Amino acid sequence: MRAPRDGTRHVVVVGAGPAGLSATRAAVQQGARVTLLDASHQTGGQYWRHRDTPTPTPAEQRLQHQWRVHEVLRDLARTHPRVELRTGAQVWAAEQHDDGPRLHVLVGDVDGHGRTHLSLAPHAVVLATGAHDRTLPFPGWDLPGVVTAGAAQALAKGDGVAVGRRVLVAGAGPFLLPVAATLAEVGATVVGVHEASRPAGLVRGWLPRPWRLAASPGKAVELAGYVAGHVRHRIPYRTGEAVVAAHGSDRVQAVTVARIDERWAPVPGSGRRVEVDAVCVSHGFTPRLEVAIALGASISSSRFVAVDGDQATSAENIYAAGELTGIGGVDAALAEGWVAGHVAAGGDRSDRSLRRAVSRRRASADVTSRIEAAHGIRPGWTAWLRDDTLVCRCEEVTVGRLRTAVEVTGSSDPVSVKLTSRAGLGICQGRVCGRVVSELLGSSSPMQARPVVTPVRLGDLAATPPFAAPGVPQAPGAAEPATAPAPAPLGPPGPPHSPDHDHARARAPHSATTERTHP
Amino acid sequence: MTITVDGAPVTGARGQSIAGVLMADGRRDWRTTSVAARPRGLFCGIGVCFDCIVTVNDLADVRACLRRAQDGDVVTRQHHLLPGADA
Repeated sequence: MRAPRDGTRHVVVVGAGPAGLSATRAAVQQGARVTLLDASHQTGGQYWRHRDTPTPTPAEQRLQHQWRVHEVLRDLARTHPRVELRTGAQVWAAEQHDDGPRLHVLVGDVDGHGRTHLSLAPHAVVLATGAHDRTLPFPGWDLPGVVTAGAAQALAKGDGVAVGRRVLVAGAGPFLLPVAATLAEVGATVVGVHEASRPAGLVRGWLPRPWRLAASPGKAVELAGYVAGHVRHRIPYRTGEAVVAAHGSDRVQAVTVARIDERWAPVPGSGRRVEVDAVCVSHGFTPRLEVAIALGASISSSRFVAVDGDQATSAENIYAAGELTGIGGVDAALAEGWVAGHVAAGGDRSDRSLRRAVSRRRASADVTSRIEAAHGIRPGWTAWLRDDTLVCRCEEVTVGRLRTAVEVTGSSDPVSVKLTSRAGLGICQGRVCGRVVSELLGSSSPMQARPVVTPVRLGDLAATPPFAAPGVPQAPGAAEPATAPAPAPLGPPGPPHSPDHDHARARAPHSATTERTHP
Repeated sequence: MTITVDGAPVTGARGQSIAGVLMADGRRDWRTTSVAARPRGLFCGIGVCFDCIVTVNDLADVRACLRRAQDGDVVTRQHHLLPGADA
């Protein structure tokens, strides 16, 4: 059975990075009407994060790969009559109803108040929310100047600013290479790239079946470019090493780099001090699962959204593509988005037009398993922690406090320890520390469904219009915007107590008391 | 494009985020934590960690890494110590 191609089928795509842009094009080509949402103020996601200028300078262009692909997809999203592109659009709640998915969106300045409410009831949703860095804690990682590798990349590409003058890059994974290259392009001196994996681990991951890597030519060419860039900028690259501490009073002034063994435990006596004014650390990526979980999509044991050959999740009419389903890079994201958008719009996977996407997707899947085999986090890293090392940055909970919570309660259940220690209950909602806390407690962390998937101001919540009637998307701007100054979710006491705020609290209680374990 | 940061004018380029303007000006922190009164600034850079929150035009808890700077924005250090904080 074919879905009509007259724009009556409505697909919402969440995330305008490579996967979401590709899904948008595929869905439109299949005849659907598409609403493309992105929380930032531009298209491109993290991969194509860019300065908001009409024409990128040659220097800015050097930071980008396959930029022409972004231009083509962006122009389609901006100009196609059946695409509504909404930037500055934050999905803050998502639900499954009997008649289909429902998304609640705030549109406007990031974290501003008085944003416009948008309530969408599409036939299908393609989730392309991407991933963010995983950074393992180490003593001093909370000092200003210690950032994720993704932050350095975003600041360079989006703002044209280097995160420091003398910068050290460390962690695990192929992503360290482009970050170092980008930093050099924006004028930083990269004093070294320190990859935790040892040569044996790298060979195990990257050497077997090299002919299959050749089937993913975009990635191979991109990696070769970084290696050339490193030679040009004379950036030292060392394996089997990690940053085990950062030093400084109010900002990072030096780090200790140590040799680590195959389990990532520091080799005693191998530490050496390196003077820096910034350090970028990433140990891989973790997907942004909140909206997928809220819509009921199953999560795999490796903590990505589980999808079938159609890019369909276990939840009805919900598709997923890109890093959300596994870390595979831009080629995988484009191919998966293509399939997801096509099928979400009512197309069939066996269609001839999808052949290229399906074969590219297969080649890219191999890159994903190689990255995990070569660069996956090993358990010995906990040996570089100290009792006073912060685990939860928001609530300022240390390793020692976590241990005390376990001793006092006699429970190492993550939910119990969270409630006692407050680790993971801060404003980031455990996005940064959640997996680390679970690992330290020796348990697999629960998948939390949150009624509110991202922090929202109570005033905005109070101004939420009643949910739209089933199947009827609410027109943008139909709701009265909040006019009263809104207190921040975790800020100081705001304006005087008002009934509106009670209303908001009753509808969306604090996450600490409403989190539940997802089956 | 000029914003004020704790009363002082800071010039940035059009299209930059507030974090971009602050970092380009050599600043590394623009918030004090509530418990241990420690300085914080950019960490994840993509809106996930909320470490870089700052007060913009009298509204607290704005993610500096995502918020695009607008000419005339008034940025002030976020300094919300809890009672009994270490400071």
